Amino acid sequence: MTTTLTPPPVDVSRELYGAQLPTWGPRAVIAAGLLGAAAAYAVGANLLEAALVAWLICMVLPLWSAAVEGRRKATDRLVTTLVTSAFALAMFPLFSILWTVISKGSKVLSAEFFTYSMRNVVGEGGGIYHALVGTLLITGAAAVISIPIGIFAAIYLVEYAEGNRLSRWIRFLVDVMTGIPSIVAGLFAYALFVLFFGEGVRMGIGGSVALSVLMIPILVRSTEEMLKLVPNELREASYALGVPKWRTVAKVVLPTSLAGIVTGITLSIARVIGETAPLLIIVGTTDSVNFNLFNGRMASLPVFAFASQRNPGIPPQFSIDRAWGAALVLLVIVMLLNLIARLVSYFFSPKGER
Amino acid sequence: MTSTQAPAPGKNTVIRRPGDRIFSGLSLSAGVLILVILAGVAIFLTVQGIPGITAHPDEVKSGKSFLPYVWPLVFGTLVAATIAMLIAVPVAIGVALFISHYAPRKLGQGLGYLIDLLAAVPSVVYGLWGIGFLAPRMVPFYAWLDEHLGFLPFFGPASATGRTILTASIVLAVMILPIMTAICREIFLQTPRLHEEAALALGATRWEMARLAIFPYARSGIVSAAMLGLGRALGETLAVAMVLSVGVGTVTANLIGSDNPSTIAANIALGFAEATGKSVNALIASGLVLFVITFLVNFAARSIVDRRKEFSGAN
Repeated sequence: MTTTLTPPPVDVSRELYGAQLPTWGPRAVIAAGLLGAAAAYAVGANLLEAALVAWLICMVLPLWSAAVEGRRKATDRLVTTLVTSAFALAMFPLFSILWTVISKGSKVLSAEFFTYSMRNVVGEGGGIYHALVGTLLITGAAAVISIPIGIFAAIYLVEYAEGNRLSRWIRFLVDVMTGIPSIVAGLFAYALFVLFFGEGVRMGIGGSVALSVLMIPILVRSTEEMLKLVPNELREASYALGVPKWRTVAKVVLPTSLAGIVTGITLSIARVIGETAPLLIIVGTTDSVNFNLFNGRMASLPVFAFASQRNPGIPPQFSIDRAWGAALVLLVIVMLLNLIARLVSYFFSPKGER
Repeated sequence: MTSTQAPAPGKNTVIRRPGDRIFSGLSLSAGVLILVILAGVAIFLTVQGIPGITAHPDEVKSGKSFLPYVWPLVFGTLVAATIAMLIAVPVAIGVALFISHYAPRKLGQGLGYLIDLLAAVPSVVYGLWGIGFLAPRMVPFYAWLDEHLGFLPFFGPASATGRTILTASIVLAVMILPIMTAICREIFLQTPRLHEEAALALGATRWEMARLAIFPYARSGIVSAAMLGLGRALGETLAVAMVLSVGVGTVTANLIGSDNPSTIAANIALGFAEATGKSVNALIASGLVLFVITFLVNFAARSIVDRRKEFSGAN
């Protein structure tokens, strides 16, 4: 009979690794930080100070690590803490903005707020009907101008240019154009319209032109990316059947990338619908409803919010409340457009693409 | 016996249908139209701006000739944008690194959307937030700065409203954070997986891996992201116009005072409605200055991105 001698178990990890913090270490420090913040809040600190307390307690982790694990590990933990707190720091304004706008803006929301203009309103009451109409008309006209130009330019870049020098310049300058300050677009529209209508021109269509300058580059880039995703096999199959190029583009390429293009259009509308500066320059604002894009000043949501905050009248509180209300409506519209864009690309993209 | 007839040499055998010609003509003209628009922006601003540049001091509202008029504005624009960059660049790199390499992979994309939401908030909402939420809360902080660091020229007498150039810069920093984060994130994610794994296999900690593999690869991308953010910060109008309480032609190093230098864009937005005659031209000329500055910054940034694309084989 043989007996196998098993050597006594050796704790290999102790020999291969240096000293380490226990796995529950980071979690314990975070929990301590949260507890500290809660305690500070209970004592009477405000939210910001409580967050600061939590952050300071979390900085114990690198110190602890330096004592146990050595300098390199400690640096690593310090950077992890810093990187995570950078993210938390970036989240703070987002939630702060959402919270402030919702809490201050929801006070004025009512049926009257959506169905009345500001004509002959002094003090309390009135609404944003005129601004809603203006925003929808101006942005709609901007979309009507931009969408054909943007899509055809993207078709040129992807289908017709074949990487020639002109297309490389267009692509590059479109990228540069995405960085044009919005107020410069407004000044451009003013400088253009002043030639035809004389000094002090204010009209809605000018705002649409200004917004188009901002919208076209976004549209070209997103559409171009989507057209590039269409597999070449589809085009070749269509050519093989004797279909002319333009019908191939119109009947095969565009329908395939339709979901992506619609997403791009929606995102670009969301991007320009909140633009204030160009409309302030070329459209101005008014208290009455104006349905005519080609005649006179129009109100729009962002300019309305700006003007209500800037020139509140007496007493100021009602006007400032309306500014927050308009900001809330604008924010909801923009967020909805973003959501729609994501949903369209999620549900209608060809499967297997993303 | 049959003979095949070769097509006559030099004759184009491709059939060009009218539909094709119209369609390619339309797309070409749309592409060219974009260049025309860009040229138009430059030309129209120049045409309308020149009378403002050459205007006699008596003809404009400010009562100054163009250079002394625009200099404080350029100063304010650069100061606000610089501070915004100092705040936003480290945070953006941190956030991008968190999303691309530190957060759990499944969460990463969702967190990216959250940051993108910041980009969706309209500038007028940022302005309202800056003036209604941020500025009042900064007042005690500024008072503290004034008391303890008042010997520095940056922290002179503190403003009682908090509507200072430092507050405006913080708002700007939040506004440019999303675009910088988005670009940094894309580039960090493109880092060759093998480089990262090689670093880790040699025993590097995660931070050492980032320093050895990610940052050298992404350096030019970070630079161009920062420059794109700079372009945004230089041109941002409404948030600054609403938050800042502006002096007349102020040039000061004090970042927390009540008398602040304005920026070009904010000055146009606030002054355009009441301006008449040559004053309008002067405002348009200052807009031309802004256009040139942002165009150059964006041009440089995009050139770096483009050059990088060719070398890295990305896309």
